[in-house]
Amino acid sequence: MDARKESDLTPVKNHTTVERKSERELVVTRTFNGPARIVFEAWTRPELLKRWWVPKSFGVSLLSCETDVRVGGTYRLVFGNAASEHPMEFFGRYIEVTPHSRLVWTNDEGGDGGAVTTVTFEDKGGKTLVVMHDLYPSKEALDGAIASGSTCGMGETFEQLDELLDALGASVGR
Amino acid sequence: MVQYRWTGFDASFAALSDVTRRGVLEQLGRADASITDLAERFHMTLTGMKKHVGVLEQAGLVATEKVGRVRTCKLGPRRLEEETAWIEGYRQLWASRFDELDKVVEELTRKEKGDGRKKRE
Repeated sequence: MDARKESDLTPVKNHTTVERKSERELVVTRTFNGPARIVFEAWTRPELLKRWWVPKSFGVSLLSCETDVRVGGTYRLVFGNAASEHPMEFFGRYIEVTPHSRLVWTNDEGGDGGAVTTVTFEDKGGKTLVVMHDLYPSKEALDGAIASGSTCGMGETFEQLDELLDALGASVGR
Repeated sequence: MVQYRWTGFDASFAALSDVTRRGVLEQLGRADASITDLAERFHMTLTGMKKHVGVLEQAGLVATEKVGRVRTCKLGPRRLEEETAWIEGYRQLWASRFDELDKVVEELTRKEKGDGRKKRE
C-alpha cells in the first residue's frame, strides 16, 4: 500500500535487475533519474552514502562510514544490529577511481574469497545507468557466498529470518 | 512469490536458519567433505554434525554418499532453486537500497537546478 502511495510521487519507478552472468560474476543494474555526476557523488561521499546504503527495512544501523575515494584509498562501513552485540564490518580498498564514470573496489572482510566490485555510471540524457559488477576469485567463492547468504548484509537478513522462524516454530509447536 | 514453490523455500530457509549449517554449505561450496571432516572443522560431535547434515539433506541442499565407511557430503540438487531464491533476495536488497538512493539523487538534482537558476538570474 505504501509502495502505491510512493509511486504517485515518483511516476517512473526504475527496475533493479540481478543476473549471475557467469560462474564468477554477479551483475546488478539500475537507472537513476539524475546526471552521472550526482549519482557518483552519492556513491562516494560518506555523508550521502550513509543516507541510502542501509534502508530502515534492513533492521540494522550504520555505526560508521568512512570512504577515502582515491586509488589505494580505503573504505570501512560498520553496521550494528539490535539483535546482535557484534557489529559487522565491511571494508576494502579502491583500486580504480574515474570521477563520475567508474569505481572499482575490493571486498576484504571475507579474506581471500572476496569479490572485486566494479561500478560504472553511464550518462543517458540526464539519466544514469548504473552497472555494478562483482567478480569473485572462483566459482567456489561465489557459490559459497550464495550458499551461506553472506554477501552484503544478507547475513543479517538471515538473522532476522532466524527470529521469524523461532517465532513460527514456537507458534506451531515445532 | 509463487505459492507452489513455497514448500521448497520453507525447508531451505529452515535449513539455512542455523549458523553451523550455513557454514557447512559454504564449506561444501569449496570442496566435498566427509561428516568427520565437517565435525572437526566446526568443533562438533559426529552425532551433532550428522543431525545438521540430515536437515540440509532433507532440504535438498546437501547430498551424501557412503563409500566404504566414509559418508561424503556435497552440495545437493536444491542448490539451483536456492540460488534463484538468493538472487531474488539479493535483488530486493539492492532495490530497497536504490529506492533510497533515488531520493538522494532527486534532492541533489533539484538543489543543483535551483542553484543554477539563481546564478543565471
